[in-house]
Amino acid sequence: MAKKEMKPSQIKAQMEAENAAALEALRKRREKEHRKMERSKGSNKQVGKSWKDDIGIFIVLTLLGSFMLLPIYIAIVTSLKPVNEIFIMPPRLYAMDPTTDNFKDLFIVANNSWVPFSRNVFNSIFVTVVATVLHVVFACMAAFILAKCRFPGAKFINKVVVVSLLFTSQVTYIMQYMVMAKLGMINTYSALILPLIASSMGLYLMIQSIGQIPDAMIEAAKVDGAGLMRICWGIVMPNSKPALMTIIIFQFQAAWNSNGGSLVYDEALKTIPTVVQQIAAAGIARQGAIAASAVVLMIPPLAIFIAAQSNVMETMAHAGMKD
Amino acid sequence: MAAETQKKEILLPNERKMSFKERWHYTWHEMKRNKVCYAMLFPFMIFFIVFTVIPVCMSLPIGFTDFDMAHFPPKFVGFQNFYTMFLEDDVFIGSIRTTLIFAIFTGPLSYAMSFMLAWLINELHPVLKTIFTLIFYAPSMAGNIYFVWQLIFSGDSYGYLNALLNELGITTAAIQWLTDANYVLICVIIVQLWVSMGAGFLAMRAGFQGIDKSMYEAGAIEGISNRWQELIYITIPSMGPQLMFAAVMQIVSSFTVDMVGRSLAGFPSTDYKAHTIMTHAFDYGWIRYEMGYSSAICFVLFLAMLVCNNIISKILGKYMN
Repeated sequence: MAKKEMKPSQIKAQMEAENAAALEALRKRREKEHRKMERSKGSNKQVGKSWKDDIGIFIVLTLLGSFMLLPIYIAIVTSLKPVNEIFIMPPRLYAMDPTTDNFKDLFIVANNSWVPFSRNVFNSIFVTVVATVLHVVFACMAAFILAKCRFPGAKFINKVVVVSLLFTSQVTYIMQYMVMAKLGMINTYSALILPLIASSMGLYLMIQSIGQIPDAMIEAAKVDGAGLMRICWGIVMPNSKPALMTIIIFQFQAAWNSNGGSLVYDEALKTIPTVVQQIAAAGIARQGAIAASAVVLMIPPLAIFIAAQSNVMETMAHAGMKD
Repeated sequence: MAAETQKKEILLPNERKMSFKERWHYTWHEMKRNKVCYAMLFPFMIFFIVFTVIPVCMSLPIGFTDFDMAHFPPKFVGFQNFYTMFLEDDVFIGSIRTTLIFAIFTGPLSYAMSFMLAWLINELHPVLKTIFTLIFYAPSMAGNIYFVWQLIFSGDSYGYLNALLNELGITTAAIQWLTDANYVLICVIIVQLWVSMGAGFLAMRAGFQGIDKSMYEAGAIEGISNRWQELIYITIPSMGPQLMFAAVMQIVSSFTVDMVGRSLAGFPSTDYKAHTIMTHAFDYGWIRYEMGYSSAICFVLFLAMLVCNNIISKILGKYMN
């Protein structure tokens, strides 16, 4: 009985929700179909392409690529070598008797330090995720405004961003430390996170890429009554996906590898790179452990890289914009 | 009356001669009109100002002082630091030469290589694209992996390169790659090139991915018949912003070569062969605690990069338009 006596406003709300759900499903299906269509078209719609050229390109890239990969390959092999093989003469490009001892050693040493290793892992993940999310959100908004809006001071701020890119040096690092000390941030999470948010490299890349989006697209959205926030996240960002994914990679990597050694001295606040560096510096022929740590530290950025790169749908760019 | 004020408002920006008060009024009006812009800029700018702008502004005046981080306030010495740098410091003059060699070899070369590779990769199948992008970007992701190059270039016969040359019978004795003054520079340049497929390369890949595919279809109709023409008439002109970004990144990375040299060739390196301007600044800043002198060195380097950046953006800008 109570159900039937719903107020008109409630009925309206319910209907709206149903409508929205149906629309969403329709949109998703369309997107899927669109993707499928694009894929079936294949990448061969450019002119003058022949499979012979492709094989030539493939061979050149493979040769150069093996030069790029060689040191990483050696690092992986070294991390799998038992101690007696590390000092074999002449050195070999493979492990005769691969073991995981180096990795085990690394975790044993890490667990025997002042705080449990899981704490450092948590620190690293926390710092990286917060710094990446905040940087990407803030930088995207700022980049959209700087690239597409005209307001007093826009030109000046754009210039400052470019100049600040050129001014990355150890001297600024010391001044940064002094500013942080004044703000009482030393030995807190904010000392690790906040400076990472201010990186101007991602901002500059976003400004450059958003600049390529046709003004007409934004004007059209304005005419339709969308606010700046809506335009930024609903129209501009989906259309600059490649750049967006690229700055996510940059920032994740910078945050993950950032070594806040001098900014925090509390063991419970240290991140994995700092701890690993301490272990590696602890002496005795730890070549194997150093290699193992390098390999382990490479895995998260690698995962993000692959996830981000495969997310870039190339067909997205300026889809539906013809002017 | 209402119409008149409206008219005035529209005319104001076009009017050539505005009094100071009017101009200020107009600016204020514009600022109020665009307050959403400022609100959206604010979160990033607050961090940017505190952690980048203020430290940079603080470090500029330090270059004119004698400052050891312990005695406050810093002692003002005028142009003394710059005078010492160019007229008395032989190591600094040598480091200019080294930095220029690095910049000339690694800068344009790795810029061109980044572009060529990004373009070649773009011609391949989507799955291969991801794999090759990963391969060429991997060195920048690997963080502190220089120790592997130390193994490769190691001076005894444990070194991979020496072992290989011995095996092939090219050399009979081990070569001291990283301490022999003849080889240090070339070794460090190779490693720098290896590590340089970083931000610029990835930005160019993003640029290629962002190009509107219909442009190529249009180009085909207009009579473009091969890949080279496609590259010159369609691809490069529509990648201007990414090329500019990569250029700035390349300038910064090739003028501030430091870590690679220090961790490979040791510090200080033999005969200061791998001693760059940045290494010199590191030496004074972090080892001798002469922050004033170190800041002055960085300032000179910054000016050099600024000039270089302006020249390159002029050239690129002309080409793009």
